[in-house]
Amino acid sequence: MKGERLKTLTKGIILENPVLVLVLGTCPTLATSTQASNAFGMGAAATAVLICSNVFISLLRRAISDKVRIPCYIVLIATFVTIVQMILNAFAYPIYEALGLYLPLIVVNCIILGRAEAFANKHGVLDSALDAIGMGLGFTLTLFVMASIREIFGNGTWMGLPIPVLADNHISILTMAPGGFFVFGCLIACVNKWFKNKPKKKDFGCEGCPSASLCQAAGRKECEAK
Amino acid sequence: MTIKLFCTIILTAMFVENYVLQQFLGICPFLGVSKKLDSAFGMSVAVIFVMLLATAVTYPIQHFILEALGLEYMQTIVFILVIAALVQLVEIVLKKYVPALHASLGVYLPLITTNCAVLGVCIDNVDTYMGTGIFGLTFGQALTYSLGAGLGFLMAMVLFSGVRSRIEDNDAPPSFKGMPITLISAAILSVSFFGFAGVIDNIFK
Repeated sequence: MKGERLKTLTKGIILENPVLVLVLGTCPTLATSTQASNAFGMGAAATAVLICSNVFISLLRRAISDKVRIPCYIVLIATFVTIVQMILNAFAYPIYEALGLYLPLIVVNCIILGRAEAFANKHGVLDSALDAIGMGLGFTLTLFVMASIREIFGNGTWMGLPIPVLADNHISILTMAPGGFFVFGCLIACVNKWFKNKPKKKDFGCEGCPSASLCQAAGRKECEAK
Repeated sequence: MTIKLFCTIILTAMFVENYVLQQFLGICPFLGVSKKLDSAFGMSVAVIFVMLLATAVTYPIQHFILEALGLEYMQTIVFILVIAALVQLVEIVLKKYVPALHASLGVYLPLITTNCAVLGVCIDNVDTYMGTGIFGLTFGQALTYSLGAGLGFLMAMVLFSGVRSRIEDNDAPPSFKGMPITLISAAILSVSFFGFAGVIDNIFK
């Protein structure tokens, strides 16, 4: 039992990393990974929302009827997002400013709704909390690594501190939109190469989408047909 | 609203601030539903439709209900609920009255609830910050901006589905197969959009 709990906690970090293996939550990953400090803020905010939503959805899993579960989850998640928004506005204003639009958009982050659907509504409170912590850590870590790469090579700084040689020879396109896609692609390729045999890679497509259960097209594989 | 302003807003939203390629909103459908041209097109039309409708509903809600009552902090909750309800409503109405349209768009509608581009455009439209440099859009301008953003989404999806159909047959290194090579080609597509920066300002000088 203990081993299983540990696995629940650690699977999100590499084996089922929400960003690199399941390819969920791509929008905030690409948008907020221009600076390591922003990435950390985004990761922490999303993790906080994920933990709260997983715990509450797991507590309410018998109370919420199956038919209205998605709207219920959305309301719960939006509530926690609003709370996090207010906390950041009050105590960490620079991060609140830097994240801007992407902070309210945590509501539609596929990772959170995806975990609610895939894990929290079937498991107990403790397991759901552990799952959320693991997934949140995986998300934060990935964002942080990606943002570090983009900030060090694209801007010549790390966490705002200048790096001797690179500060004068930075590749500024890495901090712009194309650099985000490029670094993200390379990171997924690295994970594919080094952990190739370990993760059961889920094909990204309709089935991977959190609203797959609502969408008839996913079942018929219509939007995936070649 | 003058024709000049109309064109500036539409073109800015489409090219300079393309929601997908420059602002990273709506990446999930961009990567997930762009394998085939038909589905990419259907999804995009549904997104344009919902974006316009959502803006038309959320803009008055923000200005006449939330701001009037001092409830701005409820924005996120109210907007996402409105969008979710709206998507359901549109699906029911289409199913009942326009079955043909429902058959072609219906399957994409539920996916749009979790599309960040729709929520993004609603928040963008009521926030004081506007990419076009205009502070506090009027209702007409907000609708125009949504249309432009939707058209930009359509353009990115259609362009990318063309790129993707060529990548599928190519021989990429094993670890780059699938998602990584798709993302790297999206990076190249995104570079091409840099060419539009500054163009819009100069056309309508």
